[in-house]
Amino acid sequence: MSEPTVRTAERLEALTAETSEGPQELQRREATPASELGREVGSVVRIGDAPFNPDDVDYERADDETMIINMGPSHPSTHGVLRIMLELDGEIVLRAKPVIGYLHTGMEKTGEMLSYVQGATNVTRMDYLSPVINELSYSMAVEALLGIEVPERAVWIRMMMSELNRISSHLVWMATNGMDLGSTSMMIYGFRERELILAFFEKTAGLRLNLNYVRPGGVAADLPDGWEDDVEVICDTIYERTFEYDELLTGQPIFRQRMVGVAPISAEEALALGVTGPLLRSTGVPWDLRRTMPYLAYDQVDFDVIVGTYGDNFDRYAIRLNEIRESVRIIRQCLERMPAGDYRSQDPKVTPPPRARIGESMEALIHHFKLFTEGFHVPAGEVYSAVESPRGEHGCYIVSDGGPKPYRMHVRAPSFVNLQAIPLLMRGASMADAITVISTVDPIMGEVDR
Amino acid sequence: MELPADAPAVITADALRADLGCFPTREQYHDLVAAFKADGFEVCADLCAVDYLEHAERAVPEGVTPTRFEVVVNLLSMSRRERVRIRVQAGDVEPEVDSLFDLYPGSEAMEREAFDLLGVIFRGHPDLTRILMPEDWEGHPLRKDYGTGRVPVQFKEAPGPR
Repeated sequence: MSEPTVRTAERLEALTAETSEGPQELQRREATPASELGREVGSVVRIGDAPFNPDDVDYERADDETMIINMGPSHPSTHGVLRIMLELDGEIVLRAKPVIGYLHTGMEKTGEMLSYVQGATNVTRMDYLSPVINELSYSMAVEALLGIEVPERAVWIRMMMSELNRISSHLVWMATNGMDLGSTSMMIYGFRERELILAFFEKTAGLRLNLNYVRPGGVAADLPDGWEDDVEVICDTIYERTFEYDELLTGQPIFRQRMVGVAPISAEEALALGVTGPLLRSTGVPWDLRRTMPYLAYDQVDFDVIVGTYGDNFDRYAIRLNEIRESVRIIRQCLERMPAGDYRSQDPKVTPPPRARIGESMEALIHHFKLFTEGFHVPAGEVYSAVESPRGEHGCYIVSDGGPKPYRMHVRAPSFVNLQAIPLLMRGASMADAITVISTVDPIMGEVDR
Repeated sequence: MELPADAPAVITADALRADLGCFPTREQYHDLVAAFKADGFEVCADLCAVDYLEHAERAVPEGVTPTRFEVVVNLLSMSRRERVRIRVQAGDVEPEVDSLFDLYPGSEAMEREAFDLLGVIFRGHPDLTRILMPEDWEGHPLRKDYGTGRVPVQFKEAPGPR
């Protein structure tokens, strides 16, 4: 029998050294350059050209009075593997720095290895709560390079699926936010309602989460028989339930105390940091790509862009809750006005032939074979396409060299950029408020780390 | 769309699908972005780098010398609802451009990502460290000469059998 290894203190130190991220971590103040210190304490907007002076920061403490603690990467409130290092003075956060990369799987590199046909399966795994929207921005970029038009029905199906996806994403946000604030019933309700949408996704695309439904050229399959009834049930149920959430949370004193006025951000700061989505709209900037730079058929439907006033946690909550209602409104219009026709482009170079044609037509067989072995060639060029994801501007920048695979595929992940607002929002907040900040910024680590 | 009045003389191309593409030199780059910012482009929507190792002779407007690395910036004007793309040739061996941190603090993480994955140096960046890869990682994975599947994937310095 072999001797059991005894773990000593020395061993523990070695373990700490192995997990160190070195300069990526939050350093002691004296080891941090002034400009970096400014960022960590949340100084964003500088007036004029005056250089940042760390002495201007209102929370100045000697180092031996403060403590640097580590939150995450495995922490129930970090929604995945976000690691935040905080400098605390008692309960108050002085500095914060997100340390990311724990979920990095090289998806942009993988995107260069996969053909355009396979690419959608890759991007759909980035923001795992809004797969349709990832696929949409990718497919729109590829279509722009190809110069093909998508049939009217495909456009409306895409729009309806995006909005269903937005609802399901916001429902998960409501659920996890409720969980972070101790409202476990909200968590159960949020996931319960989301299940309705996931069941519909399964019926339509065959999968619940990483759908691979929106593809270059259209969508993978037509809507199933009787989809109108399903969607109507979803709309009615969720619209009704949003008022139950209202009762459960909006007026609830404990919830309000933790949300109202906590962690405000101003419009100037939000713009300087490049944050988008509900985080930006909460400051009162009415910027929603669906309205301001319409894609799909968003210019043909009626909906309101929800904006806040104070940019605090509560505004971000209220925006998401009301966006669920607006999405229901858009889906109802899709339901009424869904055009008939093809659900994908009939260009045989881009979309596969119908299964029945393969047995009888030589060309169809060749097209099918070429499409799934080599893929289609995309003219050389580069394009940036952006759509409004539940978290902000989701962009896809593709460089094509004329081959069947993207030469470079870069995804502008909204969470990745929004995460930069965390030091600003957390500064001067208490530790408990830091949790609500992570929650209302709503980072999805799959897309942050890609 | 016109270039801002105080912009340096840069080469532009309209071949970039509805966006105005600008090709500043490395020296003009920061001034050009500053001119665009003063002209109403409030947000730096996206910043990334591209390694054109296999396409040294790619199509660029006349007067631009293509280099291996290119930094691509997408600016967004909310007031005018326009986007503009700036492509700066960053160099062949040790790509280096000015950081946009003083203009757009939000470019901080994106520049760190470009540094981490492609090894582009951003002068004046407050904290140019790796962001996605582990600190002791060697090489820059999105470079085209970075071998894939070559290094066995394991947690760094994984302890041996106990």
